[in-house]
Amino acid sequence: MEQLNLFVKSIFIDNMIFAYFLGMCSYLAVSKNVKTALGLGAAVTFMLVVTIPLNYLLDKYVLQEGALIEGVDLGFLGLIMFIAVIASATQLVEMVVEKFAPALYNSLGIFLPLIAVNCAILGGALFMQQREFTNVGEATIYGFGSGLGWLIAIVGLAAIREKIAYSNIPPALRGVGITFIITGLMGIAFMSFLGIKL
Amino acid sequence: MLSKRNKEVLFNPLSNDNPVLVQILGICSALAVTVKLEPAIVMGLSVIVVLSFSNVIISLMRKTIPTSIRIIVQLVVVAALVIMVQQFLQAFSYDVSKQLSVFVGLIITNCILMGRLEAFALNNKPWPSFLDGVGNGLGYMIVLVIIAFFRELLGSGTLFGLTVIPNWCYEHGYMNNGLMILPPMALITAACIIWVHRSRNKDLQEKSN
Repeated sequence: MEQLNLFVKSIFIDNMIFAYFLGMCSYLAVSKNVKTALGLGAAVTFMLVVTIPLNYLLDKYVLQEGALIEGVDLGFLGLIMFIAVIASATQLVEMVVEKFAPALYNSLGIFLPLIAVNCAILGGALFMQQREFTNVGEATIYGFGSGLGWLIAIVGLAAIREKIAYSNIPPALRGVGITFIITGLMGIAFMSFLGIKL
Repeated sequence: MLSKRNKEVLFNPLSNDNPVLVQILGICSALAVTVKLEPAIVMGLSVIVVLSFSNVIISLMRKTIPTSIRIIVQLVVVAALVIMVQQFLQAFSYDVSKQLSVFVGLIITNCILMGRLEAFALNNKPWPSFLDGVGNGLGYMIVLVIIAFFRELLGSGTLFGLTVIPNWCYEHGYMNNGLMILPPMALITAACIIWVHRSRNKDLQEKSN
């Protein structure tokens, strides 16, 4: 039950985009159609599921005070260790996608390498550290949930953008401008989930 | 030193090729640090320093970095510079560094850095790369300052922490708009800036939605 609560909470209430505004760059740029958005959302979810448990183990057995060597606190290395894990995992995924799904690789363009600097991934690791989960399973559930929340947000935005293709928008707002406003309104709507508990 | 091309590299990012408004990079931190003006300016300066020096370092190493591990090399360079900036802020302006603590760390994941390193520093000599870093950092800072100005003025009625809305306004029923402090309004403020910017630069307007 607690796991289910954590899962739902990380999707809707602590949504990466609407509650913390993490990973906005790729969110805004790769949401022109649902198919590409789904691809990137799946990539981000996958990266979160892979890197959060890895970073959890790293945090628990290496970085925390006295974990590796008695009386030594390696906490200051946290940021660079997390980034190293995330960057190497991203490079691996990039090579796999380029080899097995070249069409997806072409449509994601520069944003595939940019997953390494997607704030959602590093932010996920930092939040995981902050919440002090008791075991690696909870950390994995949290990673999967926040990835799914990110995927819902980007697919929702892409669907809205496909629909507004037929609307008459002031020329200067077309593209990025209207996307910002839609995201702002979606953010205000998602604020209504605040405080819900299962 | 400042040939025609270098001038373009330095000044284009301020308006025509602005990293936030046109290239849509670095939005995450632009939202988070713009509730007040002071952290926005310090954040802008930190990004200028990290961006220009990481551009120079990557540009100097561009011929020796194997393509398959370039992301890790770039991130290590950026992370080292960010840690230096963080230590500097803690030593010389402790109060601001307390306000910014998390966001200075998040400069590592600022998309402008990766975007400029991938798109410019990997193919250009150190001096133009330095100018590119300064130009893009300044472009980022200008947008942050504009957003923070409106959010602080309308959300808290202050600028740099000093009250600017006179007391008689409040007595006659004026209220601070609490919504301006919340993250969604940062997006909508940014959208208004883009609207004004693109109305003035017609060639930046997009044909489709």
